[in-house]
Formats: sequence, C-alpha cells, structure tokens
Amino acid sequence: MHIIARSSRIVALGTAILFSSAFAATAFTACQITDTGGIDDNSFNQTAWKGVQDAMEQLGIEGRFLESQAETDYEANINSLLGGQCDIIITVGFLLGDATQTAANANPDQKFSIVDFAYDPEIPNILGQVYATDEAAFLAGYLAAGMTKTGTLGVFGGINIPPVTIFMDGFHRGAAYYNAQKDTSVIVLGWNPDTREGLFTNNFDSLDDGRAYAQNLYDEGADIILPVAGPVGLGSAALADELGTEQLKIIGVDADLYFTDPAKKHVYLTSVTKRMDATVFDVIKNTMDGAFKGGVLVGSLSNGGVDLASFHDMEALVPEDLKAELAAIRQGIIDGTIKVDGN
Amino acid sequence: MSTPSKTDKAIQDLLRRAAPPRAEFEDLVIVPIFAVVAALILGAFTMLATNVELATIGQSYIALLKGSVGSLNAISETLTAAAPLILAGLGLALGFRAGLFNIGAEGQILMGGIAAVITGFSLPGLPFVLLLPLCLLSGALVGALYAGIAGWLRAATGAHEVISTIMLNLISYRLLDYLLRQPFIQREGRADPISKSVPDNAELPRLLDWLDPNLRVHAGIFLALAAVLVVYWILYRSKIGFEFRASGASPDAARFAGMRSGLIIVAAMATAGALAGLAGANQVLGVLDRATPGFSAGIGFDAIAVALLGRSHPFGVLLAGLLFGALEAGGRQMQVDAGVSIDLIGIIQALIIVFIAAPLLVRAIFPWGFRKPADVRKE
Repeated sequence: MHIIARSSRIVALGTAILFSSAFAATAFTACQITDTGGIDDNSFNQTAWKGVQDAMEQLGIEGRFLESQAETDYEANINSLLGGQCDIIITVGFLLGDATQTAANANPDQKFSIVDFAYDPEIPNILGQVYATDEAAFLAGYLAAGMTKTGTLGVFGGINIPPVTIFMDGFHRGAAYYNAQKDTSVIVLGWNPDTREGLFTNNFDSLDDGRAYAQNLYDEGADIILPVAGPVGLGSAALADELGTEQLKIIGVDADLYFTDPAKKHVYLTSVTKRMDATVFDVIKNTMDGAFKGGVLVGSLSNGGVDLASFHDMEALVPEDLKAELAAIRQGIIDGTIKVDGN
Repeated sequence: MSTPSKTDKAIQDLLRRAAPPRAEFEDLVIVPIFAVVAALILGAFTMLATNVELATIGQSYIALLKGSVGSLNAISETLTAAAPLILAGLGLALGFRAGLFNIGAEGQILMGGIAAVITGFSLPGLPFVLLLPLCLLSGALVGALYAGIAGWLRAATGAHEVISTIMLNLISYRLLDYLLRQPFIQREGRADPISKSVPDNAELPRLLDWLDPNLRVHAGIFLALAAVLVVYWILYRSKIGFEFRASGASPDAARFAGMRSGLIIVAAMATAGALAGLAGANQVLGVLDRATPGFSAGIGFDAIAVALLGRSHPFGVLLAGLLFGALEAGGRQMQVDAGVSIDLIGIIQALIIVFIAAPLLVRAIFPWGFRKPADVRKE
C-alpha cells in the first residue's frame, strides 16, 4: 500500500515535471557543494547529487557542483558560488551547517538548502532537509538480529554527529526490539545509545579505515556490519568480499549499494536508504515553482524519504517469517504503534 | 655521528637543489616560470586524454584566471589561501637552507592551531590588542616546541628528521582527535570532535568585509608578508642565519669552523615549527574560528611544494605561495564554470614540482629561454 502511495506521488510529480519542463525556457541553475569523500562516493554525496542530476534530466535545469576536499573548503566553496549565478545553493552534510548559516545571513537574497541540518530558530532563506533515518535503521537492526549466526552485530560511524548516530541508534534499537520479541540476546558492537559513545573513523573518506574497522568487528564475532560513513563502507565491503558472505555481510547506507557498488553487490544484505535524491529534487522543483520556503523538510518511512532497500541476491536467504515481521514492524512504525526513539 | 650513507647523500643532493647556494637568476626565476607553463600545457593534455573537449579546456583555463585574479572576490580568495602556504613554506625553506628536510609542517600546523584556539577561548575577557598577539604567540611557540622534538632527536641521537617529522605528523592527528574531545575544548552540545569557537577579539580581522561580507581576506596576509621580511633578515642578515646556511651548505665545514651543529639543528627546526605554528594559528584565527580534525587540509604538504618552487628563498616562497593560492582559488572556479574535476589542479601542482625538481628537463624543453650551457658552466 505504501509503495502504491509512493509511486502515485511519483506519477503526480512526473506529470508536473512534464508541464514545467515544457515551459521552462530560462536556465534555472542549481548548485551543489559536497562534503568530503567526493561526488562519486557511491553513497552520501552521490545520492544528493543524483537529485540534481534528475532535475537536470527532467526539469531541464542547469546543475553545477563543487567538491569539498577538506573542511576548510566549505566556506570558500560557498563563496565561489555566490554572486547570483545559482538560483539555489544546496550544501550537503551536517558539517557544512555553520558555513551555510554564515553565508545565508550575509546573503539574505540567496536561497539555500542543506542536507542533514535543521536550524533552530529557522532561517528564512535556508531549507533544511533532515531524515528520520532511525526508522529505516530500526528495520535493518531487526533484520540483522534475525539473520546473524554468531549473535553479534557490528556498527561503526564516520564522525559522531547526529545524522550518523541516528543510523546507529535505530540499528541498535531494532536489534534490541528483536531481542525483546524473541527472547534472544543478540549484541550490537560499536555503539552505545545511552552513553553516546562508539566506534568512529573520524573521517568520511578512508577506505582503509573501513576495512580495518570491519576487521576489528569481525574479529570480535560480528557477522553483519553496518558502516555509517559514506565511502568508508566500501572498504568494509571489500573485506566481506574476501572473507565470503557466509562469514560477513554488509548493510549499505544512503543509497542502495547493490546498484551503486555493482562490483561488490553480492556482499550487501540490504541498504538503509536515505532518499536525498528525492528531497533534493523536490526542493529544486519547489524553488522553480516559486514555492521556496525556509524551514525543515523531514524524510521518513511514511513519505518514502528513508527506507530499507530490497534484499536482491540474498532474497532467498531471508526467511519468509522474518520478512512478514519486518512488514508488520514497518507498518507499526508508520502508524506510531512502534516507537523507534527508545522511549 | 655515523658515516654518511647513500640515503644521506641523496638527501643532501636533493637539499642542494631545493636550496641553491647562490641565487642565480635563471634558476630562481626562469625555471619556475617555465615549469608552470609546462605544467599547464601538460595539464591540458591530461584533460584531453580524459575526454574533455578542447573548448572546455580553454574555458577551464579562463576560469582558472578568473577565479584567481579576475575579481575582487577572486583576489581575496587567492590571498586567503596563500597566507598559510607562505607562512608554512617559509618555515620549510628555512629548514632546507639549514640542511633539514622537514616533512612535519602538517603536524606543527595542527599543534600550533589548536594552541591558538585554546588560548583564544580560555581568555575571552582580554582586549583585542592583547589577545590576538597572545594567540599567535602561543601558536608559534607550540609549533616550535613540536618541531623542536624532531630537532632534538636529530641532534641528540642522529634520528633522521625526515622519519621523525613524518611520525610526529601521525601523532599530531591522533593527539588532535583526543584533545578535541576533552570537555574543556569540545564545543558544548556537540558529540563530534570540534573545538569551542574563538571569541571575536582573538580573530584576525577581515580587511574588506565593510565592502562585501563575503570577502574573506584577513590580516593574516600581513602576517605572512611580515614573516617574509623577518625570515629574510634571519637568513641573510643575522649571525644565526649565517650559521643555518653554513651548516646547510656544508655541515662538516661548519663544525670545523666551531659552530655548534646540535644547537643549530634544534634552533632551525624550532624556527621552522614556529612559522608552521603561525600558519595553523592563521587558519583558525582568520578563516575557521575553531579547530576540527581536518583543519590543516594538507597545507603542510603543499607548503613543501611552495618552498621547493620558491627555491627556499623568502621572496621566492612569497611568489610561490601566491601562485599556489591562486591555483587553489582558481581551481574552484574551474570546477564551477567548466565542470573540470578539482583533482586536475592537484595534477598541475604536482607537474610543477616535477619540472622544478628537474631543471635540466625544463632547459631541454625550452632551450631558447636560457643562455647557452657553455656560458653557464663556469663553476
């Protein structure tokens, strides 16, 4: 039912697109600034950029991007896109929050949108895009707890910031929910939702770290690992590829890694998708229609902003009972009968 | 001390090329200019090889020019990027002159920067005229101490500074991670490693924000210019500078002349570290107003290239720093206007270094730019 709702939304969007593109003569320009890790990171930055690419394709806009190679680039990159050449500047990543705020205050006529940051109080020329990722990660945690052979799961993050830890919270609580339901004792290594301490690589670009951290978790018994660090997780996937998926499975984040990392697609049990492409597209579309408004846009399970990807090659490995339970939990989260925030 | 090994000899050779004893016009000016030209041409070929259209290549070089000097904002960005490169580059150049191959500017930048931040937010009550110099001073001091470790290891045990500075870089990364999570440094309400903000009266003032709030150029560029003059004075007008250069040119001769080589090594490393520490302070007090794990952004390594390109001469470093700053600012515009990857700028920078390191290659490519070899070979 949910899928139908979503696809009808897409159809509605599609017709709107047809109309708007027919009349769009002037080049609307959307500019995007990535976080570190690169625009081709197969996950975080790439997903957000796909939103602009989709808009380029379907709305006929012009899209530009600037990659941040270090945190010192944020402000400089925003600066080089100011001056009226961009109808909207989309910054991608929590860490760009300060720089975006500074630029927005200095340039009240420039429209901004930022992925993974919400301002309190709201800033009239910034639209924040945030995601209830814990809802989808909760499902992933439940699934992983049902699939593990060793009774141990692993998770690690890039940097200890809310848009990363929300994955880890959801994953942890999903596994705990499984334990409560089934009276099992699956443990999750790498994150403690109460002390807010856990395993972090402190970067979003080292594939070596992704491999080393996954190796550590594997050595401690984990057979399913959720790396929440953009391209760092590709290093973990390489390890799973070498060890074999019997020994270690990976859960992707942000994009459906089965498609974006085709060389290692067989190691992904599923992916916790964060549809930044959809929200970025919507923001561009609304801005084109003159409906831009500062504030916060929340992607959740109910509006398709976050989701659990399909199992693809591992479809047959996941027991039918577990699939049915996941469907029920998903409905419960949407209804509000199951709380994912741990209260 | 041990007998000089093959590696030592190779490094001596490299240093001689990095810091030529006599400032010859051709080596100092013509070779770098041709190196840049050759790198830009080869960069264009690289783009061609990666299926970039000819028109886009032209467009991207125009964007490079536009983004570096084409507007007030472009110049402001160039100067902002150049200031820390000049400061750290001066430190490395001074080391090269003294015969020390310091790879540790990155770590010294990090340590100096975090020291400046801590001083800044710990003493928010002090007036601007007192607090800013104090922050800069603490950055320089901590940078000097950190580099001094490598100098002392070299002087006392003979441990090679190339190795020890690289290792100290690695230590500094983790030390910074650790420090940024200490409650008295970490920003309130944040779980990620990020320091508290520096108060306004500790910041290097922006020079042109009354014109346009987006112009980021700050007083750090004056700091860099002052450092150029000071380093020039140290190297060519002071006694210790003469000792630096003497022991760099010939360590044995310097020792036989009665210079205390151990002390000179530590002093040279510490001065280099102080300059790198200033570069770190410049970044946190002028640009970022806080410290995060990645705030050095590879400046310490780019500065090696700046020092090499500048032939380890203070004025050369100034020009090379401005060029690299321009490449960085223009590279951004290249990506925006032409969609060319920013990695290409890295390639061009690397090519410049290759050509600088091989002056004979440059002479072979541009034979008409130089006097006949017969005239030059009079050594």
